[in-house]
Amino acid sequence: MLTKSRDKDKYLSIILITPSVLAVLIFVYGFIAWSVRVSVSKWKGLNPDYTFVGLQNYIDLFADPRFQLDIRNTLLFTAVFVIGTIVLGFFAAVLLDQGLKGENFFRSLYLFPMAISYIVTGVVWRWLMNPATGDRTSGLNLLFQFLHLDFLKNAWHTTPDWGIAAIAIPAIWQMSGYTMALYLAGLRAIPGELTEAAQIDGASSFQIYRYIILPLLSPVTLSALIILGHMSLKVFDLIISVAGKQYMLDVPAIYMWQTTFDGLFYGRGAAISILLLLSVAVLIIPYIRYTLKTETDQ
Amino acid sequence: MKIAAPIQWKKNLLYIPLGLLALFYLIPLYVMLVTGFKSFAEVDLTTMWNLPKTIAFDNFIEAFDNLAPHMWNSLIMVIPAAVISSVLGSLNGFILAKWKFKYADLIFPFILFGMFIPYQSILIPLVQFMNAAHITGIPGLILAHVIYGIPITTLTFRNYYASLPQELLEAAKIDGADMLGIYWHILLPISAPSFVVVLIWQFTSAWNDFLFAVVLTNNKTWPVTVALNNMAGSQIISWNVQMAASLLAALPPLLLYIMLGKYFLRGLLAGSLKG
Repeated sequence: MLTKSRDKDKYLSIILITPSVLAVLIFVYGFIAWSVRVSVSKWKGLNPDYTFVGLQNYIDLFADPRFQLDIRNTLLFTAVFVIGTIVLGFFAAVLLDQGLKGENFFRSLYLFPMAISYIVTGVVWRWLMNPATGDRTSGLNLLFQFLHLDFLKNAWHTTPDWGIAAIAIPAIWQMSGYTMALYLAGLRAIPGELTEAAQIDGASSFQIYRYIILPLLSPVTLSALIILGHMSLKVFDLIISVAGKQYMLDVPAIYMWQTTFDGLFYGRGAAISILLLLSVAVLIIPYIRYTLKTETDQ
Repeated sequence: MKIAAPIQWKKNLLYIPLGLLALFYLIPLYVMLVTGFKSFAEVDLTTMWNLPKTIAFDNFIEAFDNLAPHMWNSLIMVIPAAVISSVLGSLNGFILAKWKFKYADLIFPFILFGMFIPYQSILIPLVQFMNAAHITGIPGLILAHVIYGIPITTLTFRNYYASLPQELLEAAKIDGADMLGIYWHILLPISAPSFVVVLIWQFTSAWNDFLFAVVLTNNKTWPVTVALNNMAGSQIISWNVQMAASLLAALPPLLLYIMLGKYFLRGLLAGSLKG
């Protein structure tokens, strides 16, 4: 009797989870397979054309100056964004961990940009990073002028070659609260005895942070690196809303969108999307395995 | 860790960097607010940092006139998307955490990966599928957010249910409760905090989404993000109205954050698999 109802429950649990599993199977894995198929086809234009062309779209991409620029832009953006977000987030977390009054207030304040859409962030920063000069100077440049910090005035995202680094500023603004939260949770988990012992031994605050806290926080740093790194590979809406579709600020996600839906180069668009997926998968799959493994070990 | 008993005034110096950081985060909000409340006559890019001389609502009124239908689109899209994906996530989480069948431990990472993929890699098939199935506009967007929301909602609930002691279920099983009974009478009543976390998370990410919206909707069904982006890209609508519109578009998730920040933070940490 008991086994019978157990069996019933077992089947019921499989039946209940099946719609979700099927949905993920089709809409994630099935669609990825479909994209792969498009990426090895010569589909160009409104009507699907699945004529097999092998890896031609991929080969063409690596020879394409626009895609080379995309890779370079992505790397530059990633470097500025990831380093900036981690450094600022860590700094904020350490400050908030000193037991000062008003800690909760500051923490909530640092984190609020996370609730906002990249589009909103981009539209506002588009005007903050206004490159106009002379009488028409505005935005942050005007603020710098007012503070007599004229040396900081710059052309932001319109700076030749380095514009993409300026796009990382609003991205840092938006995401550093997130690394702050990760680090703060990590700092709170460090047992007080460890640092107290070092203090008794005469270690300075700097030494404690450098030789005890930072190494203990390395799993947090690793998570932050992976999460932020995969986000920056996908960066899309923020650039669109700050600058629209500009060749100089192009990244793979924008190239894919434009070439597919504006240019109807479906084969090429799909190839970009699969390369994007592979670059993300290289980071994320080991991360998922590592996280689930540490979970079972505990 | 606290730095070794510093003299109080020295500790107070820390408010300087804390305050500077706060200013950095507040700059965009400040600009949105002071611009929004200026009259059209007073608005000028070269005085954008000045406080308004008189409070006016010109910018908000024009922004609202432009944005209201799209904010409505966002709202009727986001609510079902958040609710449906949360319910699915709760069921999946329960089964994966407490009712493990043979391949449960394989299925979980398989679902989880879906949360990290660049959506470009499914975008062409998604658009083809939606068009072929004649699911366009807002229903299509709801479907996309429900399905691509399954990984994070499943993760959040699975981690929560996995943290509950197994004895809780065993006792109920001995009393003769079946699976659905256990879910309904034991787990669901204590799931409210996780539902809040997941609902806020899904509401915010669907409200803030741009990529799905831009390929699945047209100018009638645009949600607020696409409408705002097009406003900013057009030459017709001036920057001051864009600022006011940005604030309006940010307001619903911002209000949720202000009211329920604690739950928002939990969703955030869950999203990095650290919940």
